[in-house]
Amino acid sequence: MVPVQYFVGLSAILFTLGALGVLTRRNAIIIFMSIELMLNSANLLFVAFARAFEALSGQIFVFFVMTVAAAEVAVGLALIVAVFRTKDTINIDEVSSLRG
Amino acid sequence: MQANTLAILPEISLAVLAALLILIDLRLKPERKALLPGITAAGLLAVLALTLAFARPGAAPESIWGGMLRHDTAAFVFRLIFLFGAAVTCLFTIGWKQVERRGEFFVLLVLSTLGMTLMAAAGDLIMLFLAIETASIPLYVMAGFMTADEKSTESGFKYLLFGALTSSVMVYGFSLLYGFAGTTDLYALAAAVASGDLPPLGLLGALVLVLAGFGFKVAVVPFHFWAPDVYEGAPTPVTAFLSTASKSAGFAVVVRFLLAVFPAAVLPQIIGVAALMSVLSMTLGNSAALAQRNIKRLLAYSSIAHAGYILMGVAAASLLGAASVVYYLAVYLVTNLAAFGVVIIYFNVVGSDEIKDYAGLSRRHPGLAFALLVALLSLAGVPPLGGFFAKILVFAAAVEAGLIWLAVAGVLNAILGLYYYLMVLKVVYLDRGPDEDKPLPVRRAHMAALVVCLLLVLALGTVLGPMYDWSNLAAGGLF
Repeated sequence: MVPVQYFVGLSAILFTLGALGVLTRRNAIIIFMSIELMLNSANLLFVAFARAFEALSGQIFVFFVMTVAAAEVAVGLALIVAVFRTKDTINIDEVSSLRG
Repeated sequence: MQANTLAILPEISLAVLAALLILIDLRLKPERKALLPGITAAGLLAVLALTLAFARPGAAPESIWGGMLRHDTAAFVFRLIFLFGAAVTCLFTIGWKQVERRGEFFVLLVLSTLGMTLMAAAGDLIMLFLAIETASIPLYVMAGFMTADEKSTESGFKYLLFGALTSSVMVYGFSLLYGFAGTTDLYALAAAVASGDLPPLGLLGALVLVLAGFGFKVAVVPFHFWAPDVYEGAPTPVTAFLSTASKSAGFAVVVRFLLAVFPAAVLPQIIGVAALMSVLSMTLGNSAALAQRNIKRLLAYSSIAHAGYILMGVAAASLLGAASVVYYLAVYLVTNLAAFGVVIIYFNVVGSDEIKDYAGLSRRHPGLAFALLVALLSLAGVPPLGGFFAKILVFAAAVEAGLIWLAVAGVLNAILGLYYYLMVLKVVYLDRGPDEDKPLPVRRAHMAALVVCLLLVLALGTVLGPMYDWSNLAAGGLF
């Protein structure tokens, strides 16, 4: 059995990659994908711990996180389309009419 | 079993209300759709009455539904706060053209309220996560609801990006907490933390990740960047809802998490973190508000500052601290709703949110100007209004906990805050505007909502007893 530390390390790497993606990319859809990566790194951790503890609650958590992520993406893509219709761009540097 | 069902009566009736609204929206003739906000408000007030009548918790807090929810006074009082805020928000949407005839908007509002009531009662990490997302996702859509409006879509988009990012950080924190304690039940987690067997540094790291998610909901520094932009771009009724009910829901979770699950006795660093966030929020919110020309942005920065005052009660980490948070949130909700009510009414007639366009309001409609006066003075903390007593309570909690420097910073900030509220009132009362003799029609529903809010502001500052008792009971129910 692979020790749980390996999973923790892998999920930390995934989480960092996701966070870096959010901070460096300018395209809204790529940012969204990076956020998904962060959520999935948490999912990996939940499953790994659930196996280590031999408890189910972590696995159940993962199901809910996946469902919520799907809902969030649905709303997110709808909003991205709405932004594209009003501004003709989804580059977040150009979506900046609100300032002050 | 039956007691369990009665305890979630507010949630059940909110779900039924949402379903009914979809049906009503389908059956209603197009020319009568303007009734929707009124119907929703009536429904929410009915849920409020049902909650008061049947869903009162017993003297001792209980865990129900397999530990998923807590049935205690804290959850009960917060539910009342959210339901009242949602009902008043509905009344203020009357006359907001892009929104008032759209049934789905009110369904989203009710579902978001449902998420908030669950946030206040959540007793398990899974429930907490689901509740936060149930409250947030409809709000993203509501903020971007005016799809033809550049600012509104941008506001919804920014809110969603920040929300999704912070919630993924929060879930990562949850997964670490689960890894440390091996349980998702909040109170089992609290017992594991209290036993002292878990590594304090690891716990603190996980807690900081989790706080990113909560800090986003309540808009405290350093998780506040979204607030001014989103508040400015969203339809103003949504802004009112975001800055009151949504913020209260965030604090309901913060209080339970920081006081019941991570008591300061085990992790004393928490007090430092909360105090630091509090002082930064107050200072940054108040000083940025000084430079604002748009009233919605000004209220956004003021709401960041108020989140700082409220965190002071959290940093006190005591019964008085928790009670002061509940009291402050109740006062803040009615006061801010009144302030946004005036902004909404004025925008419906004049079509501007710029502070300079408020010139001459006192001559055009003295009643509306007086409402703004009362609301802003209460936000500033002037006696005998509710804001004064609420501030006294949080300052007292900070002093009692030995955080005298924090209380001093709070008092200095309150003075700073008074200045920009008075600047707005100067424009309203002293400056002359071009349209002073034109009438300013105010709808009856708006006036009724405004009067109720103002009476409550006054009542919470003078008749302290009932709400103070409830706040104390709520604080006691957390543990």
